[in-house]
Amino acid sequence: MLTIQEVEHVALLARLELSAEEKKMYAQQLGDILAYAQKLNQLNTQDVPPTAHVLPLKNVFRDDEAGEHLPPEKVLANAPDKEGQFFKVPRIV
Amino acid sequence: MEYEAVIGLEVHVELKTKTKIFCSSTTEFGGEPNTHTCPVCLGLPGVLPVLNKKVLEYAIRAALALNCEIAEYSKFDRKNYYYPDMPKNYQISQYDLPLARNGYLDIEIEGRTRRIGITRVHMEEDTGKLVHQGTITTTPYSLVDYNRAGVPLIEIVSEPDLRSPEEARVYMEKLRSIIQYTGVSDCKMEEGSLRCDANVSVRPKGAKEFGTKTEIKNMNSFRALYRALSYEVQRQIDVLEEGGRIVQETRTWDEGRGVTLPMRSKEEAHDYRYFPEPDLVPLVIDRQWVEEIRAALPELPDQRRQRYIRDFGLPAYDASVLTATVELADYFEACVARYPDAKTVSNWVMGELARLLNAHNMEITQCRITPEQLADMLRLIDQGTISGKIAKTVFEEMFVTGNHPEKIVREKGLVQITDEGAIATVVEEVMAKNPKVVEDYRAGKEKALGFLVGQVMKATRGKANPEIVNRLFKERL
Repeated sequence: MLTIQEVEHVALLARLELSAEEKKMYAQQLGDILAYAQKLNQLNTQDVPPTAHVLPLKNVFRDDEAGEHLPPEKVLANAPDKEGQFFKVPRIV
Repeated sequence: MEYEAVIGLEVHVELKTKTKIFCSSTTEFGGEPNTHTCPVCLGLPGVLPVLNKKVLEYAIRAALALNCEIAEYSKFDRKNYYYPDMPKNYQISQYDLPLARNGYLDIEIEGRTRRIGITRVHMEEDTGKLVHQGTITTTPYSLVDYNRAGVPLIEIVSEPDLRSPEEARVYMEKLRSIIQYTGVSDCKMEEGSLRCDANVSVRPKGAKEFGTKTEIKNMNSFRALYRALSYEVQRQIDVLEEGGRIVQETRTWDEGRGVTLPMRSKEEAHDYRYFPEPDLVPLVIDRQWVEEIRAALPELPDQRRQRYIRDFGLPAYDASVLTATVELADYFEACVARYPDAKTVSNWVMGELARLLNAHNMEITQCRITPEQLADMLRLIDQGTISGKIAKTVFEEMFVTGNHPEKIVREKGLVQITDEGAIATVVEEVMAKNPKVVEDYRAGKEKALGFLVGQVMKATRGKANPEIVNRLFKERL
């Protein structure tokens, strides 16, 4: 189980406001998930190189050639709020 | 107690590819807000970023120019943070396996060479731009433009090898010069294609351990870099002298007030939860390709400077100034190709030309005097058509109008008077008008001659050949 402080810390990083109830619930749930992932540590990985990707692919590139831009009305179609052609967001700090 | 500064710089350079690092949107500067965007750089669900090969090539080229080792294996990582300058809530960067490491560049400081280590060079995407009303902390809301989001950047991290604000400034200038020579970026600090953050600490001179450091942001010019670092170093010394201790924090340079101020941290310090970017496959960098890029590296500033000293016989100072930018060096060489006396060309380029460019706040690329015209003007001096003094007037006229020197000389009647008879008449008039000065000279007052010559120049509006004037006076006195 995570501590309440740890839950508050990750909640702040994710900009989430949690009630006391929720903090308790997530402390339990996140703790369970981490405990489950911890099982992997029981495996002996001494001879296994670290893997960042599961697919045997490397060096996939594109050429430096211009393509289509999205029209502004589409760019902003899902914006919760906008002003002119800008996305509008709450004050950040 | 005597202190020394310990400074490391993190420099971001925008690469001048046509398109963004992971999508085909244009990198062009400006444009209406959010028009240079596509589903990939807007971070819409289901899209797949793909690395622009030109970005990798440019990054390798820059890293090689900085004497780095290029990694055999490299990958991208996600740097997670919640801040709306990126629509995805993370920035694609490189964490533990950067493209290149262990480089250096040499700077000249107080006549000696100092080698500054380069820890690493990595690739990442630039962020969007936020527009605030007033300041970031008082604005009621912010507006976001993602045109810049996804423009390719390289980050160049130096070792904490710099020991003064002056060294930091010289390092930054040298870095800009090298990168600019490689042709991968414009490196315009004022336009944001070259940006710099600094890690600064101080310690008693000679101490081995580092002091607690602060990170300084928002330095948007070479002057700002120098001023901000000078301020911060002194601030830290003052804190320590008063028995206080330095708080590790990020501070922002306030250009108007000339101070660094603590920034409220936008993130719990460096809690970026990096992890390998699952949408991009790893890079296994072909050695032969690296060697091809190395072989194709253009002549770099140090090599060019050495060549100017060796082949043109220029003083080290001239060579450094002339090779600071590719454009200036190219201009200088184009002039020398047409007028082989390199030192004379250097004097004019570093003297009159630099003065005029400065006064008009212009770059060498905007200069209207062509290398042909500059060479032709120098020949007019050699031929005795104009004096060196008149040449400065002609040169200024060339600078303003872009006209050929011969045209200016002809139209303004600036041709030098070399007719001895005509000059002799003026010389005698001047002697007749100034009997006292003539006597002074004859009594041994050498300086009196200068006054008499000056009078002749005044009467001929500077057009009399000065050697003839001098000789005629000496014959008569």
